[in-house]
This record gives sequence, C-alpha cells and structure tokens, in this order.
Amino acid sequence: MNLFSTFRVAVLALLLNKMRSFLTVLGIIIGVGSVIAMVAIGEGAKAEVQRAFDKMGTNLLVIRSGSAQTSGVRGGAGSQPTLLWTDVDAIRKETLYVTKVAPSLRQSVQILGEGKNWTTSAEGTTPEYFEIRNWTFQYGGPFNEQDVSTKAKVAVLGGTVVDNLFGNGADAVGSTVRINNVPFEVIGVLARKGQAATGQDADDVVMVPAGTFAAKVQGGLRQYLGGSIYVGAATPDDTRRAQAEITQLLRARHKLRDDEADDFTVSSLAEAASARQEGTETMTRLLAGIALVSLLVGGIGIMNIMLVSVTERTREIGLRMAIGARPGDILIQFVIEAVVLASVGGLLGVGLGFGVATYLSSEFGWATKIDPQIVALALGSSALVGIGFGLYPAHKASRLDPIQALRYE
Amino acid sequence: MSEPILEATDLVKTYKMEDVEVRALRGVSLAVRPGEFVSIMGTSGSGKSTMMNILGCLDRPTSGSYKLAGSEVSKLGRGDLATVRNKVLGFVFQSFNLLARTSAQENVELPMVYAGVGAAERHERAIASLEKVGLGKRLDHTPAQLSGGQQQRVAIARAIVNRPKVILADEPTGNLDSRTSIEIMALFQELGRSGITIVLVTHEPDIAEFTNRVVMMRDGKVLSDVTQTPVDAREALANLKEGE
Repeated sequence: MNLFSTFRVAVLALLLNKMRSFLTVLGIIIGVGSVIAMVAIGEGAKAEVQRAFDKMGTNLLVIRSGSAQTSGVRGGAGSQPTLLWTDVDAIRKETLYVTKVAPSLRQSVQILGEGKNWTTSAEGTTPEYFEIRNWTFQYGGPFNEQDVSTKAKVAVLGGTVVDNLFGNGADAVGSTVRINNVPFEVIGVLARKGQAATGQDADDVVMVPAGTFAAKVQGGLRQYLGGSIYVGAATPDDTRRAQAEITQLLRARHKLRDDEADDFTVSSLAEAASARQEGTETMTRLLAGIALVSLLVGGIGIMNIMLVSVTERTREIGLRMAIGARPGDILIQFVIEAVVLASVGGLLGVGLGFGVATYLSSEFGWATKIDPQIVALALGSSALVGIGFGLYPAHKASRLDPIQALRYE
Repeated sequence: MSEPILEATDLVKTYKMEDVEVRALRGVSLAVRPGEFVSIMGTSGSGKSTMMNILGCLDRPTSGSYKLAGSEVSKLGRGDLATVRNKVLGFVFQSFNLLARTSAQENVELPMVYAGVGAAERHERAIASLEKVGLGKRLDHTPAQLSGGQQQRVAIARAIVNRPKVILADEPTGNLDSRTSIEIMALFQELGRSGITIVLVTHEPDIAEFTNRVVMMRDGKVLSDVTQTPVDAREALANLKEGE
C-alpha cells in the first residue's frame, strides 16, 4: 500500500468524525498556539532590547567617580569626584584594548534660541564620544579636537532641542543658541535615537566641547573631572579585557592600597545586555517546558482516541487483513492517522499563535517576532507526538486476529 | 485428471480455552480440483467454520498439511499468509463486510491497493469487475444506498478483482431472501464456468443444490463427500417467476 493512499485513507477516516478529531487535537492546538504566541512576544522583546543597546553603543564601558563616604553615610556613585582629567589621557595611552576614550560632563542648562527657551541636559565631551555612542548627524557634523582645546563656542543639538527651539526637524546649523547666556554657534544636529533603554529621551541633549563646557558651564577648569569617562573597545572580549586594564591602571594612578576599595566604578553595557539575554533565555526554556507538557497531554488525548478508533473499526481491520493487508500495512495506516491528527493540530496551533501574536502587536503595539525555527520545531514535535502516541494503538490494531476481528460486533 | 488446486491432508485444529481443549478438526482431508464448485455443509460445531478459516489462510492448522496452488501454506507467517490471501484467494462473507461510507468502486479497489496496483489500473479493473456482477451503473453508490443483494455483488466483485484462483464464500446467502440468494448462486455458477474454483460454506441444503460437490461435516470430520449434478440457478429463477 503506497504512502499517498494511506494518507488519503487517514484523512478520510478523520473527516468522518470531524468534531471528535477537532476535540482530540484541541490540546495540541492550544499548547502549540500559546507557545508560538509567547515565543513571538519574547523574541520581539528581545529584539527590542537588542536594538536599544545597539543604539546606546555596544562594546562600551562607563567609568564613574566613586562614592563619597562621610561619617559612615555613603553617597551614590559619582558623589565624590575622584576621576582626574589626566586619567582620560592615561587611559588612552597606557591601555592595549581601549580604542576610544571620551569624557562626558553633564549638567542641566537653560538654552535659548530664536526667542524660545528650553531646559535640557548639556554634555561636554570630545569628538570621539560621537563614535563611542554611535551618534550620527542629521545636519552638519561634530566639533573637532581643536574646538576642544581652544574652548570654541560651538554646539551640537539633539533632535528634541531643535524641535523646541527651531520647530520640528528644522536645520539649525549656523544659528546661534545661548547656553546659560553664553552664545554658541550650532554646527550640527544629531540624528534621532528616540527613547533610551532607561526611558529617557536620548535626543534631549546639547553637546559642546569638553573644554568649553568646563570653562563656560561648570565655571572654571578644575583638576577633577566632574562627570564620567566613556571608553570604547573593538569586540565584546576586548571590552572585558579593557575593563580589567582600566581598573588596574586607575587603582595605580589613584594610589590605592591593596586593602582599599576602588574609588571609581567601571560598568559595562554588554554585561547588562547579556543579563537581559539570559533572562529571556530562561523564559524560553520555561516556555519549552510548557510546550512539552502540553504536547504530552495532547499526545495522551490522541492515544486515547486512537484506541477508541481501533476498537470501533475492528471489523474494518479484520476485512483489510482478510483481503491482503499485512500487519505492517495496518500499523502504518494507524500511525499515519495519528500523525495527520497531531500535525493538523500543530498546524492549527501555529495559525492560532500567529493570530494571537498579530492581534497583540496591532492592538497593544507589542513587538512580536515569529521565528520560523520555532514554527518548524512546533510542527516537527507535533508529528513526533503523533508517531509516539499513535504507535501503541497502531501496534494493537496490527496484532488483531483477522478471524476474531471479522466476527467482532 | 488435473492436479488439485486445494489439497488439505489430515488437518487437525485444537483450541485451548481455559484448560479445556476443543478439538475443532480431527483429521480432515479434502482435495479440490480447479473449476470445482464445492459446498461444505454441517451444523454449528461441525468444524466447517474452522475448516473455512484454514482453507482461507486466516488460521493455521495445529497439524496436517495444506497445499494451495501447489505450495505448502500451513507453516507460513502472518505477513506471508496476508500475501497469499491477497493474490490467490477471494473472500465473500455473510455480512458483506463492505467499508461504510465508501463507494462501491473504492471498495472493489481495496484488494488492489494492498497488491500495489497503480491507481489508473485499479479504477479500470474495479469498473470491469463491477460490470461483471451487473453493477456497472452503481460505481459511486455507498453500501447504504445499495440493497443486500447488490452489496453482496459488490463483495463478489471485490473478491474477483485480483484474479484469484479460489473464491471462499462463508454463508454468502445467509443475510439474503431466497430469491436474491438464487441470483447470487447464479452469479457464482457463472464465475465457476469461467474457471474459478469456489468453496462455499452453508447450512442450507437448498443452496448446496446449486454446487457440484457437497462435503458434509460433523464433529470435526468429513461425514460424506458427494459429487452431484447441480441445479441450474437460472432455471430456478425462471421457475420462481412462473410460480409467482
């Protein structure tokens, strides 16, 4: 008996009991459907997180001043400036794995332009910062090293600042803005990044050369660097090595004894990113567990109904044997029937999951992503469940005695 | 005289039912030559059903030899017996045993499906076979749409479609009225004339009259084995019409 006619017989047999077949595979439909939908949501969230981290810049380290400790009360990181301006140059020159270094000084400022004002965050930095943070330009370009050393009064505006001072998406290059009443020439407008992973508006910023910032915004150059240092490396591995390197270097530069704690922190975004990834992986494993349980339950349902079907069709089995069906033919017939049943359940489940995911993303704006691998896995395991749970009833059918089977009422 | 197509020698069949041994066959020998139309008669418990099961390769004897078309089949396994049933034998049952909700044509195609015959040839042969039993116009009918006699004709078409050497009919007229029974016997006689060997089990003497040899069984043994001139079923039908 060839496979095609076996499939045909199986489908016809299942269609004779449409309602029963449907109820039998409902377990598989719901199990597969919920897993597909949940994985779609999980994958969507994962992709979203990845995008957010990519926007911030990968292979990135942030060095902050340590916490101040006064009479046992410990302030937060950066409450006591310990980083020196000379640390920036030292990191650049005395490390192997660091490719870019830039200071980042931040302060809230009022900015005026075209008769409007806006309160935003001013950032004093160096040109390398734009590369470390993956900033690109919509109009104009960044300031250069010379601007930093000559304390040039030039500024780069974020999209939100431009919107509030010059109107949505205006090209503000060449205009003059006043930051804390000091006039700056706008030389660039940053391409938009949107919301940062922390929920802040990454585009609500104005950047000026670090030297200018220290002199005009913070008020006078000091020995200590009133902000953090951003460091870029080439690869995730290099980032890890750079972290160790910097820690060693800064401990030596700050003359810390072995028993003293670091007076700075070196944090890595990659670490945070991989922590998030691990979280989603645990979630994925959990989902796989749920899928397995639901397939198991669905499989038991299929086995149950196949046993009923074998009993109901005892005479048919007897007749098929009498006119020449070998035990193997009967076995394959019932296994295929179970596989068709389970696969149809898997297919409907994938459809259901797809529908739920599409509904969630359109109705609630959740990011969802259907992974073809998960779909293939779901269908494959459904078929396997059919084979696994169909085998016993099919074996039972194939071992029937044709004489008894033909006499069965 | 030609070699027997069916040759059973000293068949013994013993069933064990909860410590009690039931001896259904106690040494039965029977040789049937090609083209013979044999009826096996007997009361229930005579062993005729057991005999039929063994002749039909549905069961194996406890001891004794059974040669079908020249080869020993009494020691074959389940799979090989299935192949013999498929290629050499055709079955007709008392309760027709057609697949419900399946067309006459598909029912007739079934033995060819297991013989591995291609779809086009299956259709062709099934139609030819149904035409032979006079149901050429009812190919698409399901068993529920056919009368008892017509259902049995479909079953006969199914039995002959793989061109078997022997047809085994187990009480084929048991569920039919007397008129339809004679019609079915007429069909068997026609098939017999075309050279097919037919072995028929019945407990009705009227039906055995249409065969050319009657084997009477009792208590697992052959009681008598008589060759006779059969009553022509067509004539019987014609007489039946006059009588009405």
